[in-house]
Amino acid sequence: MPVYKLQINGKGYQADVAADTPLLWVLRDTLGLVGTKFGCGIAQCGACIVHLNGSAVKSCVLPVASVKTAAITTIEGLSTMGDHPLQNAWNEVDVPQCGYCQAGQIMTAAALLNKKPHPSEAEIDNAMHGNICRCGAYHRIREAVKLASTKI
Amino acid sequence: MQKLTTSRRDFLKLTSLTGGGLMLGFSWFNADAESPVIIEKIPFADNKSFNNYLSIASDGTITILSPNPELGQNIMTSFPMIVAEELDADWTKVKVLQAPLDTKAFDRQLTGGSGAVPHSWKKLRMAGATARSMLMQAAASQWNLPVEECSTNNSMVTHSKSGKQASYGDLTTLAATLPVPKDVKLKDRKDFKIVGQAVKNVANKDIVTGKPIFGLDFYREGMLHAMIQRPSSFGTKIKSVDSAAAKAMPGIVDVVVFKNNVAVVGKSTWEVSKARKLLKIEYEKDGDIESTSDHNNIFTKLMDSSTTSIKRANGDVAAAFSSASKIVKAEYQCPFLSHAPLEPMNFFAHVRPDGIELVGPTQTPASARSAVAKLLSVPEDKITLEITRLGGGFGRRLKWDYVLEAAELSSLIKAPVKVTWTREDDITGGSYRPAVRYRFEAALDSKGNMVGYKCRGVGINAGSSTREDNFPSGAVDNLMIESFDHKSAITTGAWRAPITNFLGFAEQAFLDEVAEAAGKDPIQFRLDLLAKARTNPAGPVKYNIDRMETVIKMAAEKSGWGKKPGVFQGFSVYFSHQSYVAQVCEVIMQAGKPVVKKIYAVSDCGQVINLSGARQQVMGGIVDGLGHAMYSKLTFKNGATEQTNFNSYRLIRMKEIPEIETYFVDNGIDPTGLGEPALPPTGGAVANAIFKATGKRLRSQPFIDQEVFTAKA
Repeated sequence: MPVYKLQINGKGYQADVAADTPLLWVLRDTLGLVGTKFGCGIAQCGACIVHLNGSAVKSCVLPVASVKTAAITTIEGLSTMGDHPLQNAWNEVDVPQCGYCQAGQIMTAAALLNKKPHPSEAEIDNAMHGNICRCGAYHRIREAVKLASTKI
Repeated sequence: MQKLTTSRRDFLKLTSLTGGGLMLGFSWFNADAESPVIIEKIPFADNKSFNNYLSIASDGTITILSPNPELGQNIMTSFPMIVAEELDADWTKVKVLQAPLDTKAFDRQLTGGSGAVPHSWKKLRMAGATARSMLMQAAASQWNLPVEECSTNNSMVTHSKSGKQASYGDLTTLAATLPVPKDVKLKDRKDFKIVGQAVKNVANKDIVTGKPIFGLDFYREGMLHAMIQRPSSFGTKIKSVDSAAAKAMPGIVDVVVFKNNVAVVGKSTWEVSKARKLLKIEYEKDGDIESTSDHNNIFTKLMDSSTTSIKRANGDVAAAFSSASKIVKAEYQCPFLSHAPLEPMNFFAHVRPDGIELVGPTQTPASARSAVAKLLSVPEDKITLEITRLGGGFGRRLKWDYVLEAAELSSLIKAPVKVTWTREDDITGGSYRPAVRYRFEAALDSKGNMVGYKCRGVGINAGSSTREDNFPSGAVDNLMIESFDHKSAITTGAWRAPITNFLGFAEQAFLDEVAEAAGKDPIQFRLDLLAKARTNPAGPVKYNIDRMETVIKMAAEKSGWGKKPGVFQGFSVYFSHQSYVAQVCEVIMQAGKPVVKKIYAVSDCGQVINLSGARQQVMGGIVDGLGHAMYSKLTFKNGATEQTNFNSYRLIRMKEIPEIETYFVDNGIDPTGLGEPALPPTGGAVANAIFKATGKRLRSQPFIDQEVFTAKA
């Protein structure tokens, strides 16, 4: 199997895996970065969202071979101290219930704020609509994104 | 192990921690026992057996173990809040740890039935109050002052007359040497400082930074991965398996067939998932292979059956209907649903010659372990079970089929293995919310009073599909509740607010129909029924009339019921898990279609523990109830679900949520459940509001398939 050299959270990693292995499973099974979650495997729930050069991508359907030299950011690397404005806002608004979807929610929101630091409510809803929260914490997710946007 | 006798309250004291400190082991079993009981003293010289207690270290850190599995109900925050309240602790110094399964140390170590807080409320308070009392006694002894003159606040004991102060950390070593008090006084609720406040989830930091806290995050060096192919059609079994192609794939260690399972075992999740697709499995008939059309025929047949299956009967129903001025009759139906917690089923098992290690997400760790013990003939005390955080449960993880599978597979391959389900495995794999149909009939007298009421429920593997003592039972003189069940090969299980998650909608929507036929306001109609149940009950009344009346009136007031031109309002109220929730839904028409804009919810769950968590449970319950009523269904063709993943099984998303306002009745009653009670009323409030807006009754879920939504504008 080929060895893939990956740039994740500012560090170099190597993964000796099949070319079609989704980035999600490289992160989880091979590299021990388990903050990125498996929810559906078909790009429908958003639990697996990471950043590729700052844009949100669904890592469950992204073959590792296609990543090449792109910079990957996972929830573990969103901030060094866990204090990205979104992470702070998630605590301030007390968003999580079970918590399983929240890494994907935060990464989706972070990609939105990268492009649009002060989104409207409709823009937030559009960006977050692809992320399922089975516990139904959507109100607080929206509120936390709004709060974070005032701190950026 | 040393035995000791303690007070009737059964709180056990301790000795010093290594390095000093009070460790209070408190029994979860006999908090209300009247006679002295003997319990085992915890050997806490060995810190690894750190167990069923709270501890206060000399640096002031207070550690509280949380025994119940955490799946988003926020028990890891609310339990310690109760202890910390009575302890008068500085909340910032409280650390919470998930306890492992320990049936000797804890009772009811499970998550289900919205029962944890009601069950443990007094015990947790006693634990905190006992420790507080000992710390005060320690301070009084040290200062040689009367304990009655001491007070506590924020992890400090104070003697205000002398100005002396000492922290819990400073006092804990001395406190550990004192006898456990026989009687301790609990706080008056007006003095609560933590309970009732909005306190943030103690796991927030771990969650937002992606820490490995869920079952699926468990990895161990040398662990194998497995996926299991289960029959996709209910009512079939394996006839033959050709696993040659799968076994030849890279990374595959073995393919194992057991029971109706074909397990592909390998070195990574992706490799086993790829290899599994190459299995060639033939299945043969092993039971009834049903489709949704069969279920509809079964419903009709049982609905019209002349046999009876009576759960409750009052008065003379036949006479009431034959002399009625008006009869209202309607049928309501709901589909099967998947629980679909976002973390798919998974479990780690390592069956070794000397014992078994289990790690993963389960709502019922004790039952899961018992089942593994029985299956593999291993004594329970040789099995450990580590409870991880659950990425949702909704009742699915009350079952332990996926724990048994992992244990059996590990036993067969003699290796540590994590079995992971895909989303497709989850949605096609059973344990569903059952499909149910109800027929309601109401008899009205000439004044519009409901004098007769009948409900017949027919379920597919639903057990009893009715809750015969729920409102309006007790308020109608002539009443009959019946329940029929069809046994199917399709497996079902408890789904958040079992049965009532749909029955609540059906009953509350039907009552709206009856109120309309009686020419009465739907809220006044219910209040009249409650007044009748109070003054002249028909049989036992098993709900609290005052509590139900209060939430109804408060919901009417908060929502401005009937006072908003252009806004269509629907009402619903439901009693479940000992709590009362009334809801008003507001719908507007946009482009000829109803749009749910807002839901008001008034809950009486007794004392609110954590206002933030309580609001979460109510809002989440409403979103859950609305989402499934609006969008979700599982249909069957030849024994298999026609939906397999989130592209065909629809869940509610952000753009589809209405505004929600939550209110709680502040009555100081001991807490009742809240994980489920906000869900059952939602579908009814929504359907009743949509009726106001469109004149169309929604009697079948999901609503999105009904004419008001499908018709061309």
